[in-house]
Amino acid sequence: MTFSEYLFLFAGMGMVTYIPRCVPLLFLAHRRLPQWLVDWLSLIPAAILSSLLAPILFTRAEPRSFALDKPELLVAIPTLVFALKTRSLGGTVLFGMLLYWLAGRFF
Amino acid sequence: MNTEHLAPPPPADENKKLPLFRQGLIASWPICLGYIPIGMALGVLAQQGGFPVWAVAMMSILVFAGSAQFICVAMVASGAAALAIILTTLVVNLRHALMSSALAIHFKGVNRWFLSLFSYGITDESFAVNMAKFRETDWSRWSGLVVNQSANFVWILSTISGCLIGQFIPQGAFGIDYALTAMFLCLLVYQLHGPIYILTAVITAIISVLWYILLPGESYIVGASMCAATIGYLIKRRRRRS
Repeated sequence: MTFSEYLFLFAGMGMVTYIPRCVPLLFLAHRRLPQWLVDWLSLIPAAILSSLLAPILFTRAEPRSFALDKPELLVAIPTLVFALKTRSLGGTVLFGMLLYWLAGRFF
Repeated sequence: MNTEHLAPPPPADENKKLPLFRQGLIASWPICLGYIPIGMALGVLAQQGGFPVWAVAMMSILVFAGSAQFICVAMVASGAAALAIILTTLVVNLRHALMSSALAIHFKGVNRWFLSLFSYGITDESFAVNMAKFRETDWSRWSGLVVNQSANFVWILSTISGCLIGQFIPQGAFGIDYALTAMFLCLLVYQLHGPIYILTAVITAIISVLWYILLPGESYIVGASMCAATIGYLIKRRRRRS
């Protein structure tokens, strides 16, 4: 591919990435939001995080199937307890990495 | 760091400038740590797929969206048309519209050029970190911008270095592949403010696993989140009435 082909591709991808990130914020930040929308949006962060995590912990990728024996899930349990006890983001990241590394050595 | 010239604070805030900047960096280091292996993996794949180093840099600067970039590399390698790749990117990144909406609560009346700049760096990770900070502290939007841009900076560097030296580094060193998963777990803990939040998270987990298994693509993130938030909201409203 030539320089201009790459530029066209990435500029197009960049535009369709930027618009969904930008438009809701620009539009909603200058309006009074109805209470139901505020209540609904307050549940969105927990929901998004859970939807990002659950397939990592409970499924296999190819082919997509349910699984309860992944090291990711095994490590997630003590990591979750660590996060609940310490509420430290950096500490949880390092603790999870250490356990995952150990799990990789023993399984 | 490339954020300095992007974020000129008003003169009255001159004294607070360094702490705000440093607060942002402290909040973003777990994201940066998690980005390093993923960015390097992307760089390696791109290099194997025939992308020159400048193209990888250009992609990370213009796009800054990990999953879309992986898909792009795979699609280019299989000879897909640019338009198909762009449309796929749109679908994969639509989920950020939901995050952008949720962030809006904390940016009431903020001027538009700041919002336009901030929007560039809204990713799954920066969204989750900033939402937790906004909720629990009097988080400055400037620190939020530092979170976004420092993560972006590390992402760009990681993808470039993956392209240059990635094939010499062993896979999965030090469990670093688990960094983002562990970060999401802790950020989820931050979001569990009460029973209704826990219930919503559990419902989301069930729906997203089923959705992920039954439907191809990435729609499970937005689909499960919106379904579960709606169910959670309806339950909350019902309990308030009774």
